Amino acid sequence: MYTQGLDAKTEQGAQPSPRLVTEQEAALQGRFQERVDAEEKIEPRDWMPDGYRRTLVRQISQHAHSEIVGMLPEGNWITRAPTLRRKVALLAKVQDEGGHGLYLYSAAETLGVSRDELIGQLLSGKAKYSSIFNYPTPTWADIGAIGWLVDGAAIMNQVPLCRCSYGPYARAMVRICREESFHQRQGYELMLALAQGTAEQKRMAQDALNRWWWPSLMMFGPSDEQSAHSSQNMAWKIKRFSNDELRQRFVDATVPQAEFLGLTIPDPELRLNAETGHYEFGAIDWTEFNEILKGNGPCNRERIEARRKAWDDGAWVREAAVAHAAKRRQRALKKAG
Amino acid sequence: MSTDLKEALFGYTLRLGDTSLVLGHRLSEWCGHAPELEEDIALTNVALDLVGHARMLLTYAGELEGKGRDEDRLAYRRDVFDYRNHLLVEQPNRDFGHTIVRQFLHDAWAVELYGRLCASTDETLAGIAAKAVKEVRYHVRHSGDWLVRLGDGTEISHAKVADALGRLWPYTGEMVERDESEQALVAAGIVPDPAELKAAWTARVEAVLNDATLDRPADGWMQKGGRRGEHSEHLGYLLAEMQFLPRAYPDANW
Repeated sequence: MYTQGLDAKTEQGAQPSPRLVTEQEAALQGRFQERVDAEEKIEPRDWMPDGYRRTLVRQISQHAHSEIVGMLPEGNWITRAPTLRRKVALLAKVQDEGGHGLYLYSAAETLGVSRDELIGQLLSGKAKYSSIFNYPTPTWADIGAIGWLVDGAAIMNQVPLCRCSYGPYARAMVRICREESFHQRQGYELMLALAQGTAEQKRMAQDALNRWWWPSLMMFGPSDEQSAHSSQNMAWKIKRFSNDELRQRFVDATVPQAEFLGLTIPDPELRLNAETGHYEFGAIDWTEFNEILKGNGPCNRERIEARRKAWDDGAWVREAAVAHAAKRRQRALKKAG
Repeated sequence: MSTDLKEALFGYTLRLGDTSLVLGHRLSEWCGHAPELEEDIALTNVALDLVGHARMLLTYAGELEGKGRDEDRLAYRRDVFDYRNHLLVEQPNRDFGHTIVRQFLHDAWAVELYGRLCASTDETLAGIAAKAVKEVRYHVRHSGDWLVRLGDGTEISHAKVADALGRLWPYTGEMVERDESEQALVAAGIVPDPAELKAAWTARVEAVLNDATLDRPADGWMQKGGRRGEHSEHLGYLLAEMQFLPRAYPDANW
């Protein structure tokens, strides 16, 4: 799923520090940039600019939160999957997302923040997660649409991150991308079954495409003129392609897939430009995107409430585990002493 | 295999399949809502294994029955009175403590059962058991470890699991009860003797309860009926949710 959708101007943290840099720092920064330019991986113990560290913590933790929150809209259909084969596939997929959350929190922890701290930021509303998960999944076709479109968009965003300059993030992304591309194929196959099914199933598939198309395009983040962090992140090789480039790639890849399904993309302005070989598409309504970022999406409140409830309801369990571990240590010490 | 024996084995396999499916469903309700991320993953993993076992068992049950019902036909088109799962596994999740107690009481049975079924004279059942036993060994370690952590954790956690244990204990009797219809299967070496299973289950449960500083509840009145299709009110809601799509769109392929 996600990454660039949070590149809005309201985000803070990526700008290089305005204070004066010392000569020594300037030398370190110069050396750092040389290493990045030479495509060397930056590792946790290496010197890095504060802004680079902050940007990575923000991006990796938002990505981790998105995986965890993303478990909810799909988890919504596990108990109602229409065949046992589909149920197993969906369970495995949502489990993979939990696993991605784990690797990503671990990658963020290499930058000196704890998972509990990051989760605290998610639950307090301070940290963001991908807006796409603030849309509901009212029908089974939404599970197909998420796999096909949302995971499809995520792959476009994430494959370049496998070459991100920060080693732990890049390595986490290699594994994540492999699983995401499997999810994407699974989602498309689910849509295909619906598109080739009864009239009611086809209607379900078209309805899901209608609802997920524009939000999927918004996953790439604001247009290049609007994006706050692009140039610095490109220089740091955290980001390799601009939001608009990636969005275009996604549209070019997805339109023929929709045609194969016999479904209609809900954009009357969509057309192939024979000269460029690219699809041209209509203007994105950023008002909706901005409202969701502000917390006004259809499911913002439910998603955070569900995460808070899980955390609060689980407090006694986590406390018990800690208490039991302490008792065991004490007993072991007593035995040894 | 004689017709009677086949019918008895159909009933037995269906009971195991339904029990795995219903418990897998209950665990899958936790997905995204567990006390910590590792548990979200672990509970989902166990759910995944259980639904996997259900698929193998229901497929085999359908073959034994010989009426052309496949795993989905059996899972999605039967009503409450045709389900044969143990009453224990349809009990709601309530909290993590209840879920763990329910899971452990089941896992302790499953690991003893599948271990023995590996030696079944029925090759298909033995094959299914050989796959399942590797997974249920992990399940029982997971639920047993949690039961010990919660029982021997804080006062609150101890009270919660003690309450769950008292509430769920009456549902354990039918897992290991003697059943007339099974006698022929036992005699043919297809399934283990319930008395032996009961002794092994009891020993396993008592050892973990001891580590968890929990008292074993007295064996009073036991709730039974799952084997005959007599269920609690909970199963109807579970099936209504699970079967919604195939019931609403009976002609669709998914």
